[in-house]
Amino acid sequence: MATRKGLEVSVAIGDMVKMTNTDVVAAYPITPQTHIVEHLAELVADGELDAEFIPVESEHSAMSACLGSAAAGARTFTATAGQGLELMHEVLYVASSMQLPIVMTVANRALSSPLSVWGDHSDLIAVRDTGWIQIIVENGQETIDNVLCAFRIAEDKRVLLPVMVHVDGFHLTHVIEPIIFPEQSEVDQFLPPNRYPMPLDPDRPLTMGDFGPPIIYSEAKWAQEVRLRATKEVILECWREFGNKFQRNYSPVESYRSEGAKVLLFTMGSYSETAMVAVDNMKAAGMDVGLVRLRLWRPFPFEEFRQAVGEADVLITLDRALSYGGPGGAVCSELKAALYNQARRPKIVSFVGGLGGRDITVDDFENIINQGIEIAEKGSKNEFEIYGVRE
Amino acid sequence: MAKSEGEITWRDIEIGAIVTEAGNASQYQTGTWRSQRPTYDFSRCIKCGICQMYCPEGCIGQNKESYFEADLFYCKGCGICARECWTKVITMVEEEE
Repeated sequence: MATRKGLEVSVAIGDMVKMTNTDVVAAYPITPQTHIVEHLAELVADGELDAEFIPVESEHSAMSACLGSAAAGARTFTATAGQGLELMHEVLYVASSMQLPIVMTVANRALSSPLSVWGDHSDLIAVRDTGWIQIIVENGQETIDNVLCAFRIAEDKRVLLPVMVHVDGFHLTHVIEPIIFPEQSEVDQFLPPNRYPMPLDPDRPLTMGDFGPPIIYSEAKWAQEVRLRATKEVILECWREFGNKFQRNYSPVESYRSEGAKVLLFTMGSYSETAMVAVDNMKAAGMDVGLVRLRLWRPFPFEEFRQAVGEADVLITLDRALSYGGPGGAVCSELKAALYNQARRPKIVSFVGGLGGRDITVDDFENIINQGIEIAEKGSKNEFEIYGVRE
Repeated sequence: MAKSEGEITWRDIEIGAIVTEAGNASQYQTGTWRSQRPTYDFSRCIKCGICQMYCPEGCIGQNKESYFEADLFYCKGCGICARECWTKVITMVEEEE
């Protein structure tokens, strides 16, 4: 019998990791991820989770320890945020190119400076190219569901890649939500044991992360890209089976009241739920507007995104990170690229806002939509619009 | 894989580019890297083995007369052996291409 609990999402993440019977947690605390790893440390100390908790000296060491753990065939979990994600940056590329299944929840946090512990997507954007599978969640239920799916996807023999679950810092990690936890037996049925096919073993010596001169590097990289793209099928299959078993359905791109809508708002992460309220208000006022949200960031779901955009005339995007000196909204750039070669494509207006924990309210979303429609009509001399900055 | 490195396609790459052939680094001819090479006057050699201990490549072994000599397949020509040799057996000379 599944249990429904009101729980802080960070603590719920720890509880789900416990249910997956993770073997190793190597982590370093950083706001706003701390409650996740503190709770896991308690669970291990209290004997509720039989795992090795390695309290490393930095996030760089955390990810390095995770590499070793995953290479030995252990089910491995870590969590970080913002500066911590950046500190482990170089190791992230190694985890994906060495094809080591690791699950990491990132409590999305703004990057310094100024020092901000609050949430935005700058850390998410910074690790865009690292080759990890990346899933974005919007509420507590989605968070624990996708942590469970992340392990199953990562460890699948057809995948063997690390997976990040992006959870908005504070806005999602620190809220208390009603969350339905599956039965332990259901988790065990859904998540088979980890059987990494070529673990480190003195009886079968091999080399991981070997030297790759110019004669071979390109082939290794293309093999990695082909592999990452192919994981979409496994992810879809996992979500399908999750949906059948638990009656909660996930897909790479999720739409809200956007069938036939001429104006679409695009968001990623927990702010999408606020955006839905704005869409409801505007639809009630007779406006033809819908919402498109991205759940699967990498591998990017080109087909599903193009389908979701359909015949819309205007696409208004909100980026919660600012990429300096360029098109500003990195996600918007990707959406534009995905639509560029289409015979028919909407006018796209890029907004950047919600930085460093700045809230975007229902009214703000309505403003963004209205301003977006106006800009789509009249044009703008800006590459993107910065929203909410006091003049 | 019996393929030479120039023949390996992206499909041949093992998962995570793992190398399953143990010790295959020994196939890599680091000797092509050098621009100078050790030459020997073994009449001075006291067979102390200091050069072997210092060689960063670990490519110095003992020849038929038990004198210490670098394996030119691997020798990168760093000259550390020549510098460390107590009796000045070794002289580094330019590799002529």
